[in-house]
Amino acid sequence: MELRSYIIRRLVLLIPVLFGVTVFIFGITMLFSPGQRASLYVTSPRQLADLPAIIERYGLDEPFLTQYGTWIGQVLSGNLGWSNVASMPVWDAIWHYLPATLDLAIFAAPLIILTGIFLGSTAAAHKDRPLDHGTRVVAIFGWSLPTFWLGLLLMMVFYGYFRGFLPPGRLSIQMDMVVNSADFIRYTHINTIDAILNLNGPVLLDTLRHLILPVITLSVVNVAFIMRLMRSSMLESLGKGYILTARAKGLPERVVVNKHARRNALIPVITVSGYLFAALANGVVITETIFNYKGIGWWAWQSAVRLDIASILGFALFNAVLFVGVNLVVDILYTRIDPRVRLGEAVQ
Amino acid sequence: MSDWKFMARQLVRNPLSLMGIIIIVVFAFIAILAPLVAPPPGGHWNPYLIPRDGYSATPQPPSEEHIFGTTQGQYDIFYGVVWGTRSAFRVGLVVIGIVLAVGIILGSLAGYFGGVIDEVIMRITDIFLAFPALILAMAIVSVIGPSLRSVMIALAVVSWPSYARLIRGDILQVREEDYIEASRGLGASSGRVIIRHALPNAIYPTLVMASLDIGAIVLSAAALSFLGLGAPEGYADWGQLTSFARNWIVGPPGDPLKYWYAVTIPGLFILFFVLGWNLLGDAFRDILDPKLARR
Repeated sequence: MELRSYIIRRLVLLIPVLFGVTVFIFGITMLFSPGQRASLYVTSPRQLADLPAIIERYGLDEPFLTQYGTWIGQVLSGNLGWSNVASMPVWDAIWHYLPATLDLAIFAAPLIILTGIFLGSTAAAHKDRPLDHGTRVVAIFGWSLPTFWLGLLLMMVFYGYFRGFLPPGRLSIQMDMVVNSADFIRYTHINTIDAILNLNGPVLLDTLRHLILPVITLSVVNVAFIMRLMRSSMLESLGKGYILTARAKGLPERVVVNKHARRNALIPVITVSGYLFAALANGVVITETIFNYKGIGWWAWQSAVRLDIASILGFALFNAVLFVGVNLVVDILYTRIDPRVRLGEAVQ
Repeated sequence: MSDWKFMARQLVRNPLSLMGIIIIVVFAFIAILAPLVAPPPGGHWNPYLIPRDGYSATPQPPSEEHIFGTTQGQYDIFYGVVWGTRSAFRVGLVVIGIVLAVGIILGSLAGYFGGVIDEVIMRITDIFLAFPALILAMAIVSVIGPSLRSVMIALAVVSWPSYARLIRGDILQVREEDYIEASRGLGASSGRVIIRHALPNAIYPTLVMASLDIGAIVLSAAALSFLGLGAPEGYADWGQLTSFARNWIVGPPGDPLKYWYAVTIPGLFILFFVLGWNLLGDAFRDILDPKLARR
């Protein structure tokens, strides 16, 4: 099958999933009675008498499908409701908080992947020797660590013990003023990138200082995961015939491991990028909460705790759509990277 | 059942899994003996509510009366972690029980019958798996109202699809075996074939692996509790105890680590509990994976 028709087929297959996701999200809101949902439009106790009128006006007691139709029309035009926490529409809130989270992700994602690949393939190359056992214990440990607890401990040491060395938050007050001044052009709202584009050293340093602990917190658990995956993938690769061939023709072990085994072992690791997205999305909520880092995860947490249903469901929907998209891209990449994958056959 | 004996011997001989077993056994004892280890104040006191010694916010260091100290609001940390062990087992066992029951039913229906039934069930799992798990769990908890029960429901809702898929795969593998064909030929009903022949031959490894996920489930539950979406205030729960320490990360000038106990102790309990299950799970995976074990 040709690549283009494969992509088209995959896109068509996405439709029922996305439809299901929206029905599910909408179904959750329908757990509330029309009166409860109407009260979301009410801002003062005086208006409570108007509830029946509101229910009537927004059709909140119409049949499920009718209401779903209205709702999905709104969602498709970008209206996900109003976020009380952010005091702006949910859609705007997502874009408002996303850049801060991207600041974290652009450091965490490469760090997780590179460290995981390096540690995993090293462990495999030393299978059953002390280095392998050591990394294995570290991995199991890292993966059992409660992320939130790790964050608190790091803060206790690097913020408490070392007198404010690595503070929580996103920027210090002075740098926040610089960033919001007229001289500082916000190209992307991602502070690291903006600081570089503005050639502003102090802002860059301050940003990095605030990023170190959250990035570590976000990475540890996932490094452990990628590392274990890379190890078993590498072990499989090392047992293949082409490795024997490479060794037989007298290549140095270093070349065998780096060139022949590791490259082939990378394929399954690339396919977990989808997993990595989900792990980061989950991790960001906890990490940003601990470090009071006002990104999208912090906003989601605030919304959940303050029972801001429109925000939390909008956020969940946004994540689901992204996650589905990421998985699609990964699958397509996979077919490009590994020529053995025949399109459209192994869909089982 | 020499398979089981062999497996048990492998687990005990491997120092890592042996450590895992010991950790889990210790926690099981703490949970069972909780009323003796940390006796509740008596009367009609719900033993899962941590007794408080006053209402001052500032945590108090370990003393004779409170051997692990008290956390914010004078909740006794020792009492909290001991009874929290019970909460942890309860959450883990309840969630894994629900998830496996749903997973076995839907997974075997999908795997055994195939066709439309399979297609429908698998598309439903796709929908649930389209969400990052913790985010969906958070959304569910905040909609049905924060409580420990909601946390369990939410974790069950987000975890069943993976188990249904695993079990479906197991059933698919044995579906065409001769003994299945034979019992069908003898006129056994589909239900009987699934329950008596397909399941026992297909899913034991999956069941064992799944039950070791208790650690991961308790970890997620602790995270939700930490975020303030779990147990009500004062309930013996490790995640909540950790969140009480959030305001006491940094001590007064000159003694920055003053409140270390409030942060460290509940977290250590979570870490070791999860570690125990993961150590066991990791060893198990090696034993069950013929590709790795034979080398």
